Parts: sequence; C-alpha cells; structure tokens
Amino acid sequence: MPKVISKQQITPVTRKYVIAAPLIAHSAKPGQFVIVRVREGGERIPLTIADYDAKAGTVTIVVQEVGATTHMLSQIEEGGEILDMLGPLGEPAHIPAGGHTVGVGGGYGAAALTCIMREATARGDKTTLIMGARTKDLLILEDELRRACTNVEVCTDDGSKGFKGFVTERLGQLIEGQGPGRPDRVVAIGPMGMMQAVAEVTRPFDIPTFVSMDPVMVDGTGMCGGCRITVGGEQRFACVDGPMFDGHQVDFAEAVRRRKMYVKEEKLAVTCQRAHEGGE
Amino acid sequence: MPVKRIDKTAMPERNAKQRARDFSEVNEGYRYEHALFEAERCLRCQDPVCVEGCPVRVPIDKFIHRVAARDLAGAAQILRDANPLSSICGRVCPQEMQCEKNCHMGARYRPVAIGHLERFVSDWAQGQPLTTNGQAKKPWRAEKVAIVGSGPSGLVCAGELARLGHPVTVFEALHAPGGVLRYGIPEFRLPNRILDAELDGLRRLGVEFVNNVIIGKTLTLDQLFDEMGYSAVFIGTGAGLPKFMNIPGEGLNGVYSANEFLTRINLMQASSFPHVDTPVEVGKRVAVIGSGNTAMDCVRSSLRMGAEEAMVVYRRSEKEMSARVEEYHHAIEEGVKFLWLNNPVEVMGDDKGWVTGLKCMKMELGAPDDSGRARPVPIKGSEFVIPVDTVVLAIGTTPNPLLTRANKDIRTTKWGGLMVDEGTGETSRRRVYAGGDAVTGAATVILAAGAGKRAATAIHEDLVKEAQPV
Ligand SMILES: Cc1cc2nc3c(=O)[nH]c(=O)nc-3n(C[C@H](O)[C@H](O)[C@H](O)COP(=O)(O)OP(=O)(O)OC[C@H]3O[C@@H](n4cnc5c(N)ncnc54)[C@H](O)[C@@H]3O)c2cc1C
Ligand SMILES: Cc1cc2nc3c(=O)[nH]c(=O)nc-3n(C[C@H](O)[C@H](O)[C@H](O)COP(=O)(O)OP(=O)(O)OC[C@H]3O[C@@H](n4cnc5c(N)ncnc54)[C@H](O)[C@@H]3O)c2cc1C
Ligand code: SF4
Ligand code: SF4
Ligand code: FES
Repeated sequence: MPKVISKQQITPVTRKYVIAAPLIAHSAKPGQFVIVRVREGGERIPLTIADYDAKAGTVTIVVQEVGATTHMLSQIEEGGEILDMLGPLGEPAHIPAGGHTVGVGGGYGAAALTCIMREATARGDKTTLIMGARTKDLLILEDELRRACTNVEVCTDDGSKGFKGFVTERLGQLIEGQGPGRPDRVVAIGPMGMMQAVAEVTRPFDIPTFVSMDPVMVDGTGMCGGCRITVGGEQRFACVDGPMFDGHQVDFAEAVRRRKMYVKEEKLAVTCQRAHEGGE
Repeated sequence: MPVKRIDKTAMPERNAKQRARDFSEVNEGYRYEHALFEAERCLRCQDPVCVEGCPVRVPIDKFIHRVAARDLAGAAQILRDANPLSSICGRVCPQEMQCEKNCHMGARYRPVAIGHLERFVSDWAQGQPLTTNGQAKKPWRAEKVAIVGSGPSGLVCAGELARLGHPVTVFEALHAPGGVLRYGIPEFRLPNRILDAELDGLRRLGVEFVNNVIIGKTLTLDQLFDEMGYSAVFIGTGAGLPKFMNIPGEGLNGVYSANEFLTRINLMQASSFPHVDTPVEVGKRVAVIGSGNTAMDCVRSSLRMGAEEAMVVYRRSEKEMSARVEEYHHAIEEGVKFLWLNNPVEVMGDDKGWVTGLKCMKMELGAPDDSGRARPVPIKGSEFVIPVDTVVLAIGTTPNPLLTRANKDIRTTKWGGLMVDEGTGETSRRRVYAGGDAVTGAATVILAAGAGKRAATAIHEDLVKEAQPV
C-alpha cells in the first residue's frame, strides 16, 4: 500500500501529501490524476497529481477537505498508508507551446497547476499564474508556484493580499494588456463555477482555454461512463478522454448539475461519519 | 440401469417476493438427493452430443456418471481439469443454448440439468478440506508471464500457466479482482464467496495478484518485458466500454450505464450505503433499456434497491431477447414488467435536471436484418412517455481502448476488438496474447475461459520451445 512520506497542513482545510508510489511517479505526466480509496467500503475519489518525482518514486497530492472521504484522508498521518491508489489516469495536458501561458487556479486548482506550469516554463513559455482565494490564509503553495512560473498574481476576495477581487477580474485586466500582459492561452483548474467564468472571459477574445473537469467518477478507467460530459455536443469521458478539455466547448450547466447528483447522500455520509466519531 | 424420468429436477429457489428484496442468492442449489436423482436421468449416450455444445468440451457424460456412482470427488476432478471456473459456469452459462440444447433427453423430455449438476459438484468441492497443506505452490519454470485483467479469461489463463510451472502475475486495474464476475454479475446470481474461493485456489497454485495497476497507464507492455522480465503477456481486458444511445437527455441526473449502476451496487456495495460511502440513485420507477443478461441484472437489482416498479424496455420482441431463460423467468416471478417493441427516443427531465420519464416509440417487426433477426420498424406517431425516475442503459459494451491506445503495435478491428491468431490467441505483437471479450466483443464467461485456456497452452509451448532449442 502506498505510504505517506510527508504530510503538511497548508490551510485549515487543505493538506499536501507526498506519497511513495514508484510506478505512478515513473509514468506520471502533468495534468494526470490518481484515484484513491482510504478504507474498506470507502469511495473511490479522483485527485490530481500536483507534482511527481520519478527518481524519488513519489507523487504529491493536495487535498481539500469537503466530505466524508477527504475527511478520512485527513486522518492519515505521516507513515500511514493509503488503501488503494490507481494511476496515473487521464490524458496528460497537451498545452500548445510558445508565447504567454496563463494558469488560473482556485481551491486545490493552484496546486494542480504546479507541474503543468513548470513544464511550460521549462520549455520557454512566459508563464503567469493567477491564483485566488477568499482570504490570504487560504492561498496555497505560493512559494512552490513562484518557482514554477515567471509571474504569480495573487488575488483575494477580501483584499488581504495582492489584487482585491476575483481571478476572472484580474484575468480580464491581463487580456486588456495590464501586468504581465495578454495571454496566448489560458489553463484554468478549480471549482466548476470558476472555470466556467474563466471560459466566458476569454471567449470574446478567442483565447484558447483549457479546463480540467472534475465530475463524479467511479472506476476512472472508462468502464462506467459516470464521468461523461458534453463537449462540443459530443459525449466524452473525463477519466480517459480528459480531464482537460476546451473550455469554450464544455457544457458546464450539465456538468455542474451532474456534479450535484449525490448531494443528499454526501450529506448523509458526513452525518454518519460525525455520529460515528462523536459517539461510542 | 439409468432410469428415464421425464422432468428435470427443479432447482430449489427462494420465494420470489422475499428474494426480490435482498441480494442473497436466488437458487439454493441441489441437495445430494436431487443430484443423484438428476444424474440418473442422464442416458450416458454413445454419442454424448451435450459435450459438443459446451465451448470447452466438459466431459459431461463422464462427470455425471461419477455423480450417479456417488463418487463426487471423481466428478469434481473431471470438472476441475476441464473447466477451472465450473462453480461459476454452472451458475451463469446459457446452458439452454449450449450443452443442454444438444442433450438427447431434450428431444422428448426436458434435457438433463447439466448446469445444476456442475454447480452442485463444484460447490461440494469448494467445501472440502484441502488436500494440500495450504501452502502456495512454488513455480518451477523460469519464464514469467503477466496477465492483464482478472476476468474469467485472465483467471483461467493464469491458473493453467501456474499449473504448467510458470510464475504468473495478474494485473488488475480495479481494487479487487474478478472482472465482470465481481463488478457486473450481482450477488443474487453469483455470490462473491464463490468467486473468492476460485481466487484462493489460484493463489494456492502460486498465482500472484496485483490490483490497482492499469497496463497502458501505470505500466506499459514494454516495461513488462524489458524492465520487469516477463517473457509473455496475456491480455484479458474485456469489453468494458459502455455504449450510450446518443438520444437527448442522456446527461440528466438519474441516467446510468449498466456498468455504472452495477459497479456501484456490486463492487462498491451501494446496497449497504450509508455504511459504505458509495451511493446509487434508484427511484421509485426504473426503466432498463436492453434485453440481455446485463439488463436482467440491472432491473432485478433495482427492485432489490427498493424500486416499486421496475421494467425492461426493448425495441425488439421477446423472441429476440438474449438473456438466459432462467434469468428471464426469475425476473417475471419477481414482478419485472416487460415492454417489448418499444424504442426509447428521449429521456425527459424536470427543470432541476432529474429524469421524469422515458419517451418511446412503438415498433413493429419487419424483414430480417443482417443478424437474421426481424428488424424493428418504428410506427409513425406512436410516441408516448413512460413516467420513470431512473433510466439504465444496458445496450452493450465494446472493448476498452486504453491499452491499445498506448500500444499501437497491437492491431485492432474497426470496432476495437484485438486481432489474434485463432489457434494460439497471439496478437500482432510477438509474445503478446489475448482472449475473452477484448477479442470477441461482449460474449460469455465460458467463451472467455476457453480462450484463456487455449492461450495458456500456446504460451507455454512457445516459451518452452525457446527454452530448450532442438
Ligand atoms: C479529475 C479530478 C481531479 C481532482 N483533483 C482534486 C485535487 O487535486 N484535490 C482535491 O481536493 N480534490 C480534487 N478533486 C475533487 C475530489 O475528487 C472531490 O473533492 C472528492 O471526490 C470529494 O469526496 P468526499 O467524499 O470527501 O466529498 P463528497 O461527500 O463527495 O462531497 C462533499 C461536498 O463537496 C462537494 N464537492 C465534492 N467534490 C467537488 C468538486 N470537485 N467540485 C465542487 N464541489 C465538490 C459535493 O458536491 C458535496 O457537497 C478532483 C476531481 C476530479 C474528477
Ligand atoms: C452484467 C453482466 C452480466 C453477465 N451475465 C453473464 C451470464 O449470465 N453468463 C455468461 O456466460 N456471461 C455473462 N456476462 C458476460 C461475461 O461476464 C463476460 O463475457 C466475461 O466476463 C468476459 O471475460 P473477460 O475475461 O474477457 O473480461 P472481463 O470479465 O470483462 O474482465 C476484464 C478485467 O480487466 C480489467 N482491465 C481492463 N483493462 C485493463 C488494463 N489496461 N490493465 C489492467 N486491467 C484491466 C478490468 O478492470 C476487468 O476487471 C455478463 C456480463 C455482464 C456485464
Ligand atoms: S461449462 Fe457451461 S456449457 Fe460447458 S458444460 Fe458447463 S454449463 Fe454447460
Ligand atoms: S446428451 Fe444428455 S443424456 Fe446424453 S450423455 Fe449428454 S447429458 Fe447425458
Ligand atoms: S469514471 Fe467511470 S468511465 Fe470515467
């Protein structure tokens, strides 16, 4: 079983894990993800490979605690083990090279952009990462991201650090030529609402925009079709055809709706878990 | 003297009302007296045509004779040698289209219950104390073989190669082995303990199982050969890619592929939610589209998950249905409704995006098509809406392209099946063999098992030839 080599709390609800998984580390490419299960009877949940080190045989994941499974994961300490870990899954990000590549990250998305941005920088692109959070305590991995990109633009909703406002507002300013300047392409990873908003900002300017879709998944191997999303009117499976798609073609309304299919059950799972932890 | 008895000995089964609400096995299995009685019905024919009907040529007459002679160990040995998955095949083979179809008794009376007897004998054998000391056998040959996928084809191939002395590793993408036997076929037809017993048997033969590895992603074929030292690879990756109908509304909440529906229930155990973490949405009224074993499994599972009404919607007629007859009868007993000659054209939803109904068009049968079955023709203006909350699509699957996408040297047909040499199962890449649904498209357990066995023989001969050049 993959062992947790190190664990770091990076915000009150976000943790970074370095995990020994030599086979996955050896094959991983930027943009891919893993599926983990943390207990018998547990759900299989997808998590982006934020970083990997083939030599050390490790992969890094950054996990935001939102429900039952991510909570259980938060209980696993250094030296602990993850029950199952399958990967690397999905197609690597195929981001065209040259010019100015701008990443937009919200939530765990900024972490997920680490190796994508580092690769773009290494091949000679000018790179800017716009990372956003409600307030400065929720910003993640700023130092690592500064090393991976030419520029980092910080945005907070409350103005506690950097630009006061949403990442999309700052992106709009870049498109107008401010700061590091107009993007040649945009890669957005974060909550679906954010990715959709980014796609709407870039659409009028025809700036190619890549988004990383995170629908509910089960197997992650193309077997169940539960992760299907509509892209340009066609059905695609996010786990094998994606997770990266053309943001201007994705049917976000459908994807957001499907993401909420199990809200009732997810709440129940958390309630059961609390009862379990509280009682006995 | 064998006694001629007209009626097949009935399989004891659980009351339909009660069983349709839980996942325990429907068939309770023969007792010894049933088995003896049924074995005596066999005529021990000079020309046991039943054997020809079996894709792996189980010596049916011989094993049934051993049962009649009260030698269950002997019968079990014959079965083991011929079909390593006999406890499973006795349960799920479409006997009426294979062995039992040919049985001479069937010409005038009902055929001998070959499947029930096969199940009886191998279940008995699973319950016997082990003759070995429980230690896993040590392989004695040098050439290692990697098996990709742990469905019936991979399991049988692994077992045969281990018996021949090869170190064998089975790589499985999911977190538990078994393929469709685990994630597809439900507990009420094939309990997990039966599969687990087969897997334990393979482990005792020395087969190693590695879960959570997907070949083509975690490891490539090249790595298996060059870095990990495998001498040959068998691909038994099945036909797991679900088909959709591409009709409006398939993206609504409450629409499932059969694979997702069954995987949530079987592999992820959603019937125990919230004690386990994976849920499945089963509404009050469920429509399952299709008519094969998969459709029957979905519709009967939905009753067990609490649906008040569950129905099968199929565009052809009852005659063209492809499910095992036993499952069809069980489904009827359990209260499943069948809507023949109805072609779904749209899934209807509410403003929140949840399924509210299935719009169908009535069909009539026309001239036969390429497959020889009457072609269903839509009746103009016959659209109507069946109110349902859940729709499950069980309209077929195709081979998953993950592995072949990563390995372009493995040639495939237009529809995605792996191309192999018919005799040996070798693919277009040397030392890479394949079998089962990945080659044939969705078929049966016994055909997959047979392909695994054939490939094992070919692989062994191939490797041994090289090891000792003449
Ligand atoms: C390809 C892919 C990559 C991902 N990468 C990461 C990652 O690197 N780090 C990370 O923390 N998460 C990532 N996710 C999301 C992660 O899989 C989910 O957060 C996880 O499944 C939640 O499981 P849970 O049991 O803890 O919560 P659940 O009980 O399943 O959900 C709890 C609540 O959170 C909401 N929710 C859950 N997931 C999401 C989501 N993705 N977007 C919006 N709302 C959501 C639910 O609707 C629900 O209200 C990724 C998802 C995909 C598909
Ligand atoms: C619901 C259902 C009911 C059925 N009922 C019957 C029945 O009653 N009788 C009958 O005879 N047949 C039945 N069948 C058909 C039968 O189950 C299949 O024909 C048979 O399982 C095929 O076996 P296989 O070995 O080819 O592959 P599968 O059983 O499909 O197994 C393939 C395995 O390979 C794994 N895999 C795939 N790709 C990779 C990869 N790249 N790396 C690692 N692992 C991989 C998959 O996860 C899977 O576990 C049914 C099928 C279904 C879906
Ligand atoms: S393996 Fe299947 S077809 Fe062959 S004898 Fe047994 S039940 Fe009949
Ligand atoms: S054909 Fe029927 S009666 Fe004859 S040997 Fe086979 S099972 Fe027995
Ligand atoms: S998660 Fe099952 S097909 Fe993508």
